[in-house]
Amino acid sequence: MKILVPIARTEDYNARIVVNKAGDDIERGGVAMVINPFDEIAVEEALRLLDGGDGEIVVCSIGGDEVATELRRALAMGAHRAIQVNTEVTLSPEVITPLLSAVCEREKPDLVLMGKQSIDGDSGQVPQRLAQRLGWPQATYAYEVKLEGSTVTIGCEADGGTETVAFDLPGIISADLRLNEPRLPKLPDIMKAKKKPYDVLSDAELGGVEEGPVKVVSLAAPPERQAGQMVADVDALIAKLRDEAKVLS
Amino acid sequence: MISFGMTEEQLEYQRMARQFIAQTVTPNATHWDETSHFPRDEIRQAWENGLLNLCLPESVGGAEMPLVDTLIISEEIAYGCVGYSTSCMANELALTPLVIGADEDQKQKFLKPFVDEFKMAAFCLSEPGAGSDAASLRTTARRDGDDWVISGQKQWITNATHADFYTVFATVDREAGHRGITLFAVPRNTPGITVAPHENKMGQRCSDTAPISFDEVRVPADHCIGGPGNGWKIAMRTLDFSRPLVAMSAVGVARRALEEAVAYAKERKTFGKPIGQHQAIGFMLADMAAKTQAARLLALEAAWRTDQGLPANKEASYAKAMCADWCMEICTDAVQVFGGYGYTKEYPVEKLMRDAKLIQIYEGTSQIQRVVISRELMR
Repeated sequence: MKILVPIARTEDYNARIVVNKAGDDIERGGVAMVINPFDEIAVEEALRLLDGGDGEIVVCSIGGDEVATELRRALAMGAHRAIQVNTEVTLSPEVITPLLSAVCEREKPDLVLMGKQSIDGDSGQVPQRLAQRLGWPQATYAYEVKLEGSTVTIGCEADGGTETVAFDLPGIISADLRLNEPRLPKLPDIMKAKKKPYDVLSDAELGGVEEGPVKVVSLAAPPERQAGQMVADVDALIAKLRDEAKVLS
Repeated sequence: MISFGMTEEQLEYQRMARQFIAQTVTPNATHWDETSHFPRDEIRQAWENGLLNLCLPESVGGAEMPLVDTLIISEEIAYGCVGYSTSCMANELALTPLVIGADEDQKQKFLKPFVDEFKMAAFCLSEPGAGSDAASLRTTARRDGDDWVISGQKQWITNATHADFYTVFATVDREAGHRGITLFAVPRNTPGITVAPHENKMGQRCSDTAPISFDEVRVPADHCIGGPGNGWKIAMRTLDFSRPLVAMSAVGVARRALEEAVAYAKERKTFGKPIGQHQAIGFMLADMAAKTQAARLLALEAAWRTDQGLPANKEASYAKAMCADWCMEICTDAVQVFGGYGYTKEYPVEKLMRDAKLIQIYEGTSQIQRVVISRELMR
């Protein structure tokens, strides 16, 4: 069984994020980068599904040489092979989807397991777009995955509860927080990761890709929370809500 | 030209060790200290994650990790709890003499089991009457047929109670001074070995430290490592590995003390502002930070020299002396920054101060390090 796990390189969720002076990006210097936490959960789930048996986990990431760190981390966790896809185009769901789709056409995985969203953009669109493009079944926001033969049953988080979805492979599953707790790589595995197969492809080799239609124009931090005001009585409160906050007519 | 940056691999080791310690050690360290609990399970987990026995050669399946890389990991382990780190690093200390002085058959016989299974080892050099003056040790080894018979007392032995294997320094000729000192591999289950109850120490209380008696302990000829009279040379060479390693554990403690103090200094307010903004405290923190970095660089350079095969005697002593002394100053200052709260067991810094004191004493006292340095200077 071959599982493809696309992973994104994102900021550590603990990192302190500051908007830059130009207001068009965040300050990137010194910010710790990690495997997108939901993608790390996907790598872990792939490892559990194979459970040391026959099969191959291929991780891939899109960007430049900087993604090598995250790909090798995934190899250290236990993935078998890595694919780095080089592109200069700004990443967005519209850019990532066709590239991943081309990788799927090359690799022909039985299953694509990926995080539900990446914590920088939080678009949460790629798994769904990829399924649509490939014409494959999908199960998103998975908290549980059970594989029997070539049928997979997935417990999915849903508004107001959960739902259970099942399909025959190949298909796409997106991982949510509750799915598992990823393992720490062991030291010897960090050393072994360097020797695992690692391929580099250019976006041109995968059919080329164009800038997405959405451009980030500016970024700003949320306004600082103002201190609250104490009022003497309910009349004073109503007056303030009507005249100052203007939320009452 | 030298680089002060870490390689990608070293960064990965640091990251992994940091995460492992944050999960496994840091939350438990206070409890282990209070109950003097030896964290055997958590040390086993370190072994399972590949963090122990890093000095072992590839020929026995070991990581044969450069000393610089081992130091990076050592700082992370000590950050969580230096008592735990001492227990882990005691394996490196005990096995390095064999890595240096054993022949290939002995390496397969004595070192490979540490790769295959979780085992603890103890380095047995110090005695009740021989600490700083280690060459004056009195434990004897006499030849009897094809065997060696070892008798004597060892003191302050880390991991004594829990070790499966002892690296023992004994003399074949008391009159010969250091030229009689010989290294032996002694399995724990050899008859004649008695481990006394462990010491009740000021700090590093989760580390097991105990005296051992050897009463006519008999080992076969192939347990003599490096030949009679070569033990001292092997011990001295071992110091080029172990002193930088211990020095870097002091850096881990120092960094922990610094981070705790800085975090507190941002929160605690006096006279209308966070105490870190008063120069008295701010200057203390500044000195703590600068000393921590200076300590780290001294330790790393000593380790780098050892990895390069350069003489590292003096540099290892710079590192051990300064890292231990600065660490003690930094931990003392950390308690001071916390004020009254720092003096209570509710806050983590008093443990760091108690733990740090031992680093100035073991692995060669700060005074002995200065003997080594000044002798080199006066040559």
